[in-house]
Amino acid sequence: MKVSEVAKALGLDVVAGVAGLDREVTGGYSGDLLSDVMARAKPKDLWITIQGHQNIVAVAVLTEVAGVVVSGSVEPERDTLERADREGIPVMRTPLSVFEVAGRLHKLL
Amino acid sequence: MTSVPGAPVLTMSFDIEGRNFKASGEASGRIKRTLEQVGLDWNVVRRAAVVLYEAEMNIVIHAHRGVLRAEISPQKVVIVADDEGPGIPDVSLAMKRGFSTAPAEIREMGFGAGLGLPNIEKHSDQMSIETEVGRGTKVVAVIMVPGGAPDVTPPGATQADAT
Ligand SMILES: Nc1ncnc2c1ncn2[C@@H]1O[C@H](COP(=O)(O)OP(=O)(O)OP(=O)(O)O)[C@@H](O)[C@H]1O
Ligand SMILES: [Mg+2]
Repeated sequence: MKVSEVAKALGLDVVAGVAGLDREVTGGYSGDLLSDVMARAKPKDLWITIQGHQNIVAVAVLTEVAGVVVSGSVEPERDTLERADREGIPVMRTPLSVFEVAGRLHKLL
Repeated sequence: MTSVPGAPVLTMSFDIEGRNFKASGEASGRIKRTLEQVGLDWNVVRRAAVVLYEAEMNIVIHAHRGVLRAEISPQKVVIVADDEGPGIPDVSLAMKRGFSTAPAEIREMGFGAGLGLPNIEKHSDQMSIETEVGRGTKVVAVIMVPGGAPDVTPPGATQADAT
């Protein structure tokens, strides 16, 4: 399933990286400790987190996750959006909690 | 050009600035892309990406400045993070999962879980740390390429200066 389709199904607000909306999602990973995500997220996972600063984009690029869902009404920083646009990594915002996003994504895939 | 078996075919080197989160991760990303372009095995690239990022971020977070370098050959990827910084007083303690001296504002960003050095060890075939308190730290990690030609450096051959 494409990131755009997941975003639509879960009602996620795409705030950056629209160039990457066709990236494929085959799984998910949730975490807020960057070293943990770095070691354990797999390519094509959708990464669900409450971190909104720009370091999430670097981690997303290096792990090749499909995109990042910034959950729990956390507002991604402006630097994050700029960097995500530059890298073509979709960043999505949602008031849903990490738990809710993960549950819905799991059902969807 | 004569080639010494095991000598790096390609060396990449980036200056890393302490506390500059705007650029952090870019050096790792550039090196990773090159590893892909030279056609290294996907798993080698993935392991290198973890090592590169953790080593780069440790310079950004814990040191004043440093250099992140990758020496790439068909046999192995050698990653070196060499910094000027406070050094590590107790290396075996620093290597423990969960040990971190990162301050609160760094932890809030999701760093400081004390997982970086253990991650480097786990994702490399060889790792060493040289450090001096008050001066700096040098982390060297080697990732062997499976099926790569055996790494035989003739006795007495001098290590190519990679900087
Ligand atoms: N380059 C360095 N210079 C000085 N101290 C360092 C350096 N690298 C690591 N350390 C010390 O070793 C500790 C453990 O490092 P490690 O990378 O495992 O965890 P961390 O950086 O604190 O957290 P994480 O990597 O999970 O974000 C650090 O908190 C710091 O005290
Ligand atoms: Mg670290």
